[in-house]
Amino acid sequence: MSERVNVTVDGIAVEVEPGTTILQACEAAGVEIPRFCYHERLSVAGNCRMCLVEVEKAPKPVASCAMPVAPDMVVNTQSESVKSAREGVMEFLLINHPLDCPICDQGGECDLQDQALGYGVDSSRFEDNKRAVEEKEMGPLVKTVMTRCIHCTRCVRFATEVAGVPEIGAIGRGEDMEITTYLEASLESEMSGNVIDLCPVGALTSKPYAFTARPWELRKTETIDAMDAVGSNIRVDVRGREVMRILPRDHDAVNEEWLSDKSRFVWDGLNTQRLDKPYLRVEGKLQATDWQRAFDAIATRLEAGAGQVAALAGDLVCTEGQFALKSLMEKLGSPHLDCRQDGAKLSGPRANYLFNTGIAGIEDADALLLIGTNPRLEAAVLNARIRKAWLAGHFPIAAIGQPSDLTYDAEFIGAGPQTLKELVDGKHGFAEVLAKAERPMLILGQGALAREDGAGIFAQALALAEKTGMISDGWNGFNVLHTAAGRVGGMDVGFLPGEDGRDRDGIIEGCKSGDISTVILYGADEIDRAELGDAFVIYVGSHGDRGAHGADVILPAAAYTEKQAIYVNTEGRAQMTERAAFPPGDAREDWKIFRALSDRLGVTLEFDTVDTLRTAMFEHAPQLARLDELVPAGSPETPVAALPDLDEAGFAPVITDYYFTNPVARASATMAACAEARRTRAKAVGGTGTDG
Amino acid sequence: MSVRRLHSEQPESFAFSQENLDWAATQIAKYPEGRQASAILPLLWQAQKQGGGWLSEPAIRCVADMLDMPYMRALEVATFYSMFNLSPVGEYFVQLCGTTPCWLRGADDLKDVCRRQIGEPGDISEDGKLSWLEVECLGACVNAPMVQINDDFYEDLTADTFERLLEDLRHGRDVVTGPQNGRQASAPEGGPTVLKGDM
Repeated sequence: MSERVNVTVDGIAVEVEPGTTILQACEAAGVEIPRFCYHERLSVAGNCRMCLVEVEKAPKPVASCAMPVAPDMVVNTQSESVKSAREGVMEFLLINHPLDCPICDQGGECDLQDQALGYGVDSSRFEDNKRAVEEKEMGPLVKTVMTRCIHCTRCVRFATEVAGVPEIGAIGRGEDMEITTYLEASLESEMSGNVIDLCPVGALTSKPYAFTARPWELRKTETIDAMDAVGSNIRVDVRGREVMRILPRDHDAVNEEWLSDKSRFVWDGLNTQRLDKPYLRVEGKLQATDWQRAFDAIATRLEAGAGQVAALAGDLVCTEGQFALKSLMEKLGSPHLDCRQDGAKLSGPRANYLFNTGIAGIEDADALLLIGTNPRLEAAVLNARIRKAWLAGHFPIAAIGQPSDLTYDAEFIGAGPQTLKELVDGKHGFAEVLAKAERPMLILGQGALAREDGAGIFAQALALAEKTGMISDGWNGFNVLHTAAGRVGGMDVGFLPGEDGRDRDGIIEGCKSGDISTVILYGADEIDRAELGDAFVIYVGSHGDRGAHGADVILPAAAYTEKQAIYVNTEGRAQMTERAAFPPGDAREDWKIFRALSDRLGVTLEFDTVDTLRTAMFEHAPQLARLDELVPAGSPETPVAALPDLDEAGFAPVITDYYFTNPVARASATMAACAEARRTRAKAVGGTGTDG
Repeated sequence: MSVRRLHSEQPESFAFSQENLDWAATQIAKYPEGRQASAILPLLWQAQKQGGGWLSEPAIRCVADMLDMPYMRALEVATFYSMFNLSPVGEYFVQLCGTTPCWLRGADDLKDVCRRQIGEPGDISEDGKLSWLEVECLGACVNAPMVQINDDFYEDLTADTFERLLEDLRHGRDVVTGPQNGRQASAPEGGPTVLKGDM
């Protein structure tokens, strides 16, 4: 590393790395520079000119975002000439900007509005007509009012660089320059909502949020997303008890400052299709009832004792709930429980089911193999990180599975386990690439694990990891990518078959044969009701989705925005959600439901506050207590049980429709509109859309 | 300049002729590996020529595919440069210079001729032979006023000579390029004024 450079900003001396821009040096000195086009996670454009500063010995003000520092540079950001230069820039920007703040959704959180307060003049010298720009269509998520656009090109750079879908561009030139998508199609990206945050003015705003609320009337709660297993940090904005919108929060190690479209726009699903009362099936029809009667029905059923009881946990459930249900099952003496509702063959120590490299760790890797996963659909934000590493160069990527556009060049080297076997045997060229790499990594997806021979594939992947030096001191390149926010938490608290217990397939088998007479579906909506045969189904969850439709008793629970609970993301990072709104009607927090039910069943659980529950849970899984930390999980181990023979079938995609992966998303009209838009688009371009 | 849009009616498809494909290959070969996109201007230009003087949306896509670049990037280039026509033009496409020197020397009269003979800027004459646009300086101020028709300059025009020129083109008669008043290139009008005698 070369020598650091000394710079003086407004009389404050700072020392920065060479190559730092003046703007960054100013920030290091604690001086704020106004800007529109500059964004620290995008390339430098230098076209808004708002960041002008005075540099000693420079004849004119310089654009600080694009100018690297030089040794002993003296920067002045407060001089009269800087102020007048910025006022000049602002006057030009406002020449064509409409004065429609009162009807603009960006109002109150608009960069232009804020900076006009500092550098705007109170009148305009411009006497001609303002420019007006035709509206552009950008799909069901992004609303455009292009007359407001100030041509910062942040959206263009985001789409091209981060999202990897170079579909936004600037056509025309000069005064006639317009931002648009190619032929005004909606953006074919799972990250498109981020252009709304990036837009410094009201040109690109959220379509579903349009004209519904003002930022100052919203109650903001910082919490964690549960739409995928990334654990993106989000802020939920609520008015009254209704969620009005969801925005990302910065977390460099997880989601940087991006958010996938499903996480961002799913909120209308939180307000519809909700279970707000317990239901009981009477003569074949579900009828609303109260908690007491619902519990009585369960107690009567269990006391009849015809068969055994089993429990399955779903994708969106929290760690506390799963721990409470697991404790209840122990009290009931049943070992039949499983949190892997997709039937993934995961077991063993933590390192066997975690994304051990860590999401930020992807940037340190120098070769990647994807096995049975499509991270673009399964974890869009994590995929952006892979793309970032790929853009940085020297990052060969190969994939085994169904070919699709991942937004970076991935060589699809095979369809299924056979190719994996070839890699292990060193018969495939990419094995050499992995072996030569210093920090190679692989990502094992649920598409490879959720099948009969999942354990065998796991063992092969682990063998490959060990053979190519993926696991060594200080580097663990063996990764499992989850798709369900609740899964790692469930594995951590041991929501898995006990001794002689049945796993998911076993439970379904037991239901068919009649050995299992009662099933508790805890947010498990991906289980086909028909497969559960005549079993008595108790559904505990937040939405009236597949699981609830086939249930005999429904106990309404809280959604992920309505409880304070721990979720563990795919890399094993435990994060705490906060309650942004109360659950609707009679719905209760999950663990309280199981606690109350245990009382009625005469097997009272020991904990009666969430704190005592957590104390018990932390005893079982101490890593959960260390919030927002990556607790090293050691090395993965090959399963000891006999391994099944590998099937020749290729890995099937886990997600066939990105917008409909869980009950909340299925209840969302916005998600339905997105899915429809994507279908229309796929048809228009001849069916080349991705699997979403 | 005004806002430039793709034409409302587009052909189904576009493909380069074999001859143009070979030519395109020579253009692309001029640039280093991975920098093929640099050849976008010549390729769009050739596509415009083949397409009858204008660029269609399928043509833009065709060029983008050949250079392995996103469609949006190619569209940006096509809309940026005024040399690319995004709507159909006449067989003879007149670019009339209206910048100051030509304007002072009577470009307005030439515009009147165009309006009379062809129609408004962008319109194509009924026989499909002619269309015109006003453009910025074409760099032949010394021979003002002037127009460019397809690949050639026609200079030192008057309303009369210009009208005759358009008629000749319309009827397929031979025309002389360059100055229309007998002047030799940009030499002084009426012959040399210095260095006339023996030294």
